[in-house]
Order: sequence, then structure tokens, then C-alpha cells
Amino acid sequence: MIPLPAMFLATTRLVRLSAVDLAIIAIYFVLVLAIGFYLKRFANTGEDFFLAGREMTAWVAGLAFVSANLGSLELLGWAGNAYQYGIMAGHWYWIGAIPAMVFLGLVMMPFYYISKTHSVPGYLKLRYGTEASALSAITFAFMTILMSGVNMYAMAVVMEVVLGWNLHFSIIVSSLTVGVYVAAGGLFSAIFNEVLQFFLIWFGALLIPILGLVETGGWSGMVARIHQNFPGQDFTHMWAPMSSVDKNPMGIYWVAIVFGLGAVQSMGYWTTDFLVVQRVLSAKDVRSAKLAPIIGSFFKMAVPLIVILPGLLGRAVLPFHLVPGNQAQPGQFKYDDVLPLMLARYCGPGLMGLGITALVAGFMAGMAGNVSAFATVWTYDIYRPYLRKDATDAHYVSMGRWCTMIGLFVSIGTAYLVQYNKSMMDYVQALFGFFIAPLFGTVLLGMLWKRVTRMAGFWGLLAGVVSSVTIFLLMKFDERWVSVFALSPLAQPLAQAMWQALWSCVTCVVVTVLVTLVTEPRPDQELVGLVYSLTEKAHEEHVSWLHRPLFWGILALALLVILQIIFW
Amino acid sequence: MTEKHHIIPVWFFVGLLLFIYGILIFVSGLMEWSHPAETVLANLHASVWWGGLLIVLGGVYCLMFRPGKSS
Repeated sequence: MIPLPAMFLATTRLVRLSAVDLAIIAIYFVLVLAIGFYLKRFANTGEDFFLAGREMTAWVAGLAFVSANLGSLELLGWAGNAYQYGIMAGHWYWIGAIPAMVFLGLVMMPFYYISKTHSVPGYLKLRYGTEASALSAITFAFMTILMSGVNMYAMAVVMEVVLGWNLHFSIIVSSLTVGVYVAAGGLFSAIFNEVLQFFLIWFGALLIPILGLVETGGWSGMVARIHQNFPGQDFTHMWAPMSSVDKNPMGIYWVAIVFGLGAVQSMGYWTTDFLVVQRVLSAKDVRSAKLAPIIGSFFKMAVPLIVILPGLLGRAVLPFHLVPGNQAQPGQFKYDDVLPLMLARYCGPGLMGLGITALVAGFMAGMAGNVSAFATVWTYDIYRPYLRKDATDAHYVSMGRWCTMIGLFVSIGTAYLVQYNKSMMDYVQALFGFFIAPLFGTVLLGMLWKRVTRMAGFWGLLAGVVSSVTIFLLMKFDERWVSVFALSPLAQPLAQAMWQALWSCVTCVVVTVLVTLVTEPRPDQELVGLVYSLTEKAHEEHVSWLHRPLFWGILALALLVILQIIFW
Repeated sequence: MTEKHHIIPVWFFVGLLLFIYGILIFVSGLMEWSHPAETVLANLHASVWWGGLLIVLGGVYCLMFRPGKSS
């Protein structure tokens, strides 16, 4: 008979936790559960449970907005990508996030907020009708459950690599904890824990770049070591290596970064992925809702310090080379292991516990974000319109609590699917491309062009999703298609995903426009508050410039440009 | 943070967690001062000054956002 502790332990581990480390982890679990139970009393109505009462300040909504995206992908996946591709991975934080966040705050948020919708599919229902809304809701529900599975798997891998904990044990403990606190307090719980997690991640991970730069003798010392360890490859410039696809480790041309990532993929994610948009919808008024993503953009700009820099430092200081996930032999470490490896390199008792807690918090917040968004979309956009229209508010809150738990159990199953994929990031990028990029085309056209018709919204979205899946499958199973769609046979999975997003969005827009031209538009009076030309603009002349979203948005964009020049 | 509901501000919970963690990490760093863990740059005693930083920040947040304090 296997002793109980052995069931929870794998054969190898990076570190052994001391008593103080275990205490730090245990305190985190106790506190998040306590917060969940404390907030349960405030989550009684649908607006409370699904939108946190719409009473969050711009700061809380902004931090939750950024934190909802600081899950396992950010911490492990992007540190791994930074090790694999170098500082170019930082594009996903800067041009691949900041313009989209500012655009969300200044242009799109007023429509979401003024229309009083509870979700992105909810906006589509108001703008286009049930067809596009149902398609969006169902695809979002599918995607968010898979994303939740990715988070669970990523967390379990960290626990296995770093602590030697059994994969299944980690998945079950973390998912049950998330399920309990989200089911209790709804979006209140999710947001509180996201803010908590934001601080934990910063204080848990910031020591890695600080001590790493001390060890290498600063930035120039790190760059010198990388050149020494990997001669002939450029891992420390963002734009210069992209003049040609064979000059950079990602195999990508700058056009794909600017248009595929900056103009489509990031816009799609940050402006239409309900997981992040839901946090901003919890803001207390329109100006807070506009400010929240812009506040978030400043913190997002700083995240490479704790994610990209540790990946680069791994190239500089680790005495062995990491390998792709699908090529790792026993005794070798994968790209995605770089962050825990760096944590183990610098952090002793106490700090190790804080770092591990930060990782766990990130994973759990990611899961919580997914299940709370899933609960909202399932309850309001699938269950209420198609299964039970006239139930009481209390019934829908109850449904939200139940489907939080059911969603978690389904995503536990999907977590195991991730093990058979080439890498976590490829898997998630594929999902983004399927649904998010075409959705951005549909939402943006709907907001800016009043002529777009009901059926045009539906057929455009459907065509975009179908084209995305088709392109993905063609490139995956026949490499000759990579040259066709990604314009180079050297394009790596991340580059392929960007081109896939770009083509699917173009397909969506073209089909939407063509169908619009042959169908009848809706009367103007039905589109008031939903379309730019038919919505009264908020006047902010009475507000000082320090409190104007426009001022902070321009400042964020200016800082972005400066960063590009520094790391060109 | 809340107007309709009188919820304890999230910043208080943030401060509480940082403060508790700060104490644990600071004390742990002091206890291993003469025989530090086998990590790179252990001679810098990061636990002590990082734990101290958490205590100060956590304490300030707890005081500023404690329950019952009018905003």
C-alpha cells in the first residue's frame, strides 16, 4: 500500500519548502476562503453577484482588469517565451496590450457601460440580436472553460516541478478553493482576490529581476552573458531583428507584430474578451469605467519587469539550456520552467513561500476570472434567453453559484487535454485566434457603423471563426500552408497565431460588409446608445485635466513609444 | 470603494496579508542570518530587508484602510 504522503509527491523536485513557506501558503488559502465567506452576504442580487454591484472605483476595477490577465499564462508561459524568443516576447505587453487598453477606455467602454449590458454577448444581443449573441456566448463559454483548464494545468506543473506535489492533488485542491470562494461572493470575491494577487505577484516575483541584475552586473552585464552563452542570436532587441524573418528567433516580420498583434489580436483580446471587460463593467460610473483600463495600462507596461526579464536572466545565468516542452527528456527542464528555476536560484525560506504563493495566487485568480465570466455568460446569455426566461433574480444568482462549480469540474477535465499539446501558449493562442479576433471585427463594426445589419453581424462572426479554425488546422497538419498564411516557412507558432488572427478578422470584416450591403439596416431609434454616431458623448470640460481619461491615455501611449525607442 | 454596501476595503486585506508575510519573512531571515540558505546571493540577506519592506507597507495599508475608519 502506498503511504499517503507519497501519493502527493512526484519523484523529483526543485526545492523543499520549510515550515515558514508552508505557513505562508496556508495563510493565503485561509484568507481567500475567509474573504469569500465574508463577501457572500453582499452578493445577493444578480447585479451584486455578476457585476460586483457596479460600485468599484477606477483603481480597483483597473487592478482587477490587469490581474485577471496575470494568470498562469503571464507568469510561466511568457517567462518561458522570453527565454525562447528573447525580449521580443515583450511585444505582447507593450504594442500587444497598451494601445488596445487605451482604445477600450476611450472609445469602447462608454458603449458597454451606457448600454447597461452585463457582458460582451449581451452587447451583441442589443446591437445585432440573438444570432450573433448566441454564437458569441457559446464560443466564449467553450473558450473560457478551456482557459480555466490551462490555468489549472499550469499551476499543477509548477507544484510538480518545484515542490514535487502530485499533479492531480494540486488541480483538485486549487480548483475546489476557487470554486468555493467564487460561488460564495461572485464577482466581489473574484475582484478582491485579483487585487490581492496583484500585490502578491509583484512582491513575490520582483526579487528575481533585482537579484538577477545584481548577479549579472546590471543590464549590460546580462546582455554580455547572453551573447557569450548564445553567440550569433539576438535576444535583446525588440524591433531591430524583425527587418527579416530569419534574423529573429520567432521567425516573424514586423508587419505581423504591428497589424496581427497590435491591430487585431490584442484589440480583440483586451476589448472583447469578457473575462477582462467584466472587471471594468463593475466600475461605479462611466468615467471610472473609462479610467480603469487606462490605469491598468500603466501597470501592464511594468509587468515585463517580473515576467520577461526573469526569462532573459535565465538565458544569462542558468548553467544549462532549457528545451521545448515536447523535447524535454528526464532530467531536462522546459522553457516554461524558467520562472520557478529562477525563484529557486535566489529565494530562501520565506521568500520561496512568498514566490510560490504568488504563483498559486496568479493561477487561482486566472481560474476565478474564467469561472466568474463563464457563470455570467452562461446564466445571462445562454440560460436566461434560451432555457428559462422568466425566473426570479434569486434564481439566476443560484444558477450562477451552481454553474461556477459545474464549470470548474468541466475545466478540470480539460486541464488534462493540455498535457498532450505542444506547449501551453500555442494552445491558448490558438483559442484566441478562433474566437477573439473575429469577435473584435464584429463588435467594432457594430459600434462604429450604424448601417451594419443583424444578419451581417452573425454571418461575419461565423465566417471569421470558421476561417480561423480552418487556417489553424491547415498550418498544423501541413507545414506548406505556413508559408501561405504566415508568409514564411520559418514562422514559429506565436507568429502563425498572429497571422491566423489577422486573416480571420479580415474575413469577418469582409463578410460583414458584403452581407450588410444586401440586407436592410435597423432603424436609427433602435441603435441609440449602441452606435457611435447615435450616442451622446460625455462632456468632461468641467473635469480637471488630471482626472480626464484622455490625458492619461495619451500619457500611456507616449510612454509606450519611449519604451520602444529604448529597447529598439 | 463601496457606497451601496459597507464592505471592508480590499486595501485592508492587502495590508493585512503583506504585514503577516513581512513578519514571517523578516523573522525567518534573522533566524538564518548566520547560516543562510544555499541560494545565489544569500549573503545579501534579501529576506530581512524584503520582509521589513512588507511590514512597513502592510502596516501603512492596515492603518489607512482599517475597518471603521471614515474615508
